[in-house]
Amino acid sequence: MNLSFNDWAQIALYFAVLFLAVKPLGLYMAKIYEGERTFLSSKMGWLERGLYKLCGINAQEEMGWKAYSVHVMVFSTFTLLALYALLRLQTHLPLNPAGMGKITPDLAFNTAASFTTNTNWQAYGGESTMSYFSQMVGLTLQNFVSAAVGMAVLVAFIRGFVRKTAKTIGNFWVDMTRSVIYILLPLSLVFAVILTSQGVVQTFRPYVEAHLTAATMGSDHKPVAVQTIAVGPAASQIAIKQLGTNGGGFFNVNSAHPFENPTALSNFLEMLAILLIPAALCYTFGYMIRDTRQGWAILIAMTVILLPLMIFCASQERGGNPRLTQIAAIDQSSGNMEGKETRFGVVNSAIWAAATTAASNGSVNSMHDSYTPLGGMAPLLMIQFSEVIFGGVGCGLYGMIVYVLLTVFIAGLMVGRTPEYLGKKVQSFEIKMASIAILVPLVATLGGAAIAVLTAAGKAGAFNPGAQGFSEILYAFSSAGNNNGSAFAGLNANTPFYNTALGIAMLFSRFWCMLPVLAIAGALAAKKSTPVSAGTLPTHTPLFVSLLVGVVVLVGVLTYVPALALGPIAEHFNMLKHLHS
Amino acid sequence: MYMQSLKISALLFIFLTLLLGIAYPAVVTVIAQGIFPHQAQGSLIERGGKVVGSKLIGQDFSAPKYFWGRLSATSPQPYNAAASGGSNFGVNNPALLEAAKARVVALQRADPGNKAAIPVDLVTASGSGLDPDISPAAAHYQIARVAKARGMRYDDVKSIVDRYTQGRFLGILGEPVVNVLELNLALDEYAHAHQGKP
Repeated sequence: MNLSFNDWAQIALYFAVLFLAVKPLGLYMAKIYEGERTFLSSKMGWLERGLYKLCGINAQEEMGWKAYSVHVMVFSTFTLLALYALLRLQTHLPLNPAGMGKITPDLAFNTAASFTTNTNWQAYGGESTMSYFSQMVGLTLQNFVSAAVGMAVLVAFIRGFVRKTAKTIGNFWVDMTRSVIYILLPLSLVFAVILTSQGVVQTFRPYVEAHLTAATMGSDHKPVAVQTIAVGPAASQIAIKQLGTNGGGFFNVNSAHPFENPTALSNFLEMLAILLIPAALCYTFGYMIRDTRQGWAILIAMTVILLPLMIFCASQERGGNPRLTQIAAIDQSSGNMEGKETRFGVVNSAIWAAATTAASNGSVNSMHDSYTPLGGMAPLLMIQFSEVIFGGVGCGLYGMIVYVLLTVFIAGLMVGRTPEYLGKKVQSFEIKMASIAILVPLVATLGGAAIAVLTAAGKAGAFNPGAQGFSEILYAFSSAGNNNGSAFAGLNANTPFYNTALGIAMLFSRFWCMLPVLAIAGALAAKKSTPVSAGTLPTHTPLFVSLLVGVVVLVGVLTYVPALALGPIAEHFNMLKHLHS
Repeated sequence: MYMQSLKISALLFIFLTLLLGIAYPAVVTVIAQGIFPHQAQGSLIERGGKVVGSKLIGQDFSAPKYFWGRLSATSPQPYNAAASGGSNFGVNNPALLEAAKARVVALQRADPGNKAAIPVDLVTASGSGLDPDISPAAAHYQIARVAKARGMRYDDVKSIVDRYTQGRFLGILGEPVVNVLELNLALDEYAHAHQGKP
């Protein structure tokens, strides 16, 4: 292995700190959702109660899965339309000191779908498209609520296991409001201030004009003596985009931008924030079902998939670009640095790339398009594991639990017993719903990519020649079809075709996973609990963790290997061919 | 149920917009401007009352007497801090190889005697196009050229480079870097202070 001691140390430190935070935060979140008092109850309780009062929410009301789903859908649709309207009206709204212009209907639709579904795919460059008002009021709000909706649905799903012969799975408004008030908002507030200490900007002033020491040359060969430096209220948005697995950057290049991620410390904290809540929710789950071993087992399964791919990615990038070694004068000991920032180097870029695609975060601190073919395949594959390896806040874990149901079902078939999980029989209806939740993202991804490569408008988007161009298209639909949001950013995505197609893929995947999950929750809650017997498959053992990992990997790999062979793998051989000619 | 849901959605949207879209960023701004005003405004560097750049945003240097930074793929000019961007070239893209070769030629032409291998960060574009740093190796590669162009001793330039070299955070996190803009400004100030002296 070509990784240095420091590379290993940084990877180890990352996981060590992450795992230390799992129990305290997970326990805290469980208490919030169970309505217990916490240290923030006295400080923020008035805000929660005030919101209920102002909005006419009856916090005592309990909802069945159908009512819960209706509220999820109505709320999500409303915020989607509101964001669309706000973006379209940007030029008529305040706080636009840099004079950003009109946003086209297709881009506004794509962006609204993207932020409502917690995908945060960005077909636009932040500092060259969005006013401060659009970023702050439109996008920051959506960062919070799309994350909170995912967390609410997870909690409702967990109640499906906790409750016995019950008709209801909780109150959507309460679950969502609590996620915002007690979890996302306080964490973001603290994190945003820490980020500004490192140099992340937070200001309402217009862009800064700097008078250059040495004039530079524009593409029109006229000297440019002034550097216009984009600033803005970035820290408040970056904090929530990292914590809420949103990933939509304030600036075009996301967390590669020095104002979005200025130092090694800011980078470490932003990387932690990516996986923090998804990891801790595993503990929340275990606590709420009163068997924390189940939560740890899932967290370990997730880590078992993430860690090897992360190391693989780092190792590929550490090896450098073989094509550049053909130019004798270059010393590539620091690895493949195209598209990477000096302060992060290859190892921090690779940790980030793997973490952001494991979680459905999608923020980047380096350009994935410029990775080596196999190094870039690692993040692509992480996305293609259906965003259940950590995944989005809430939605990652409910997706993973759907895979757990599938695993106990397969295991049950092997031994000829009715499968059960956490005392609930897993029957035909649950498996049908689980299949929908698993298959819809696969169809959205491969179907979308197939349509794109069959149409002129789709093919026109590819930037790099050859197989890499196909990888860009495959990555885009994988990202949208699994609500990730990162990109092989060479793709020219701000076109009516891609804005529309990717927008539809995002909406499809998000809600056709969420609704079956709520249906399963309702069905499970209605069941009585079956006592554990000698024939029950224990679901916290290394054996079960291996089975679960096997099912997730198998579904992902079987689905995507043909497509991957045409993209990154073909590009890898393409590269080797040039080396030997 | 649908009407009630719609009503709550609309009200919740309005009040959460006030809370998360307006109050939250405003509170962060007030705290940030109060405790870290310099950072919150962009870590700007001023000389003689004029903003000459930001510590965190790289600038394009191509004269032999300045240290050069990373390649920048922003348009229409490099280091355009109003439109960040990477090259997005795949490893096999001929344009990537051309850009690297052209940079090697430019570096060697500016410093004909230098036969050392060129650190890769000097021939590749950063992700942001605004990378303020280069590796210490990339700075050391350029010391002889800068010293010659400025008529300075090698060791004097090297001591300035060392002063602007920053190690890993706590010895572990990130990579060691040299801030190119700060380094070049320091060299100009050195020249200013030593004007007319041998």
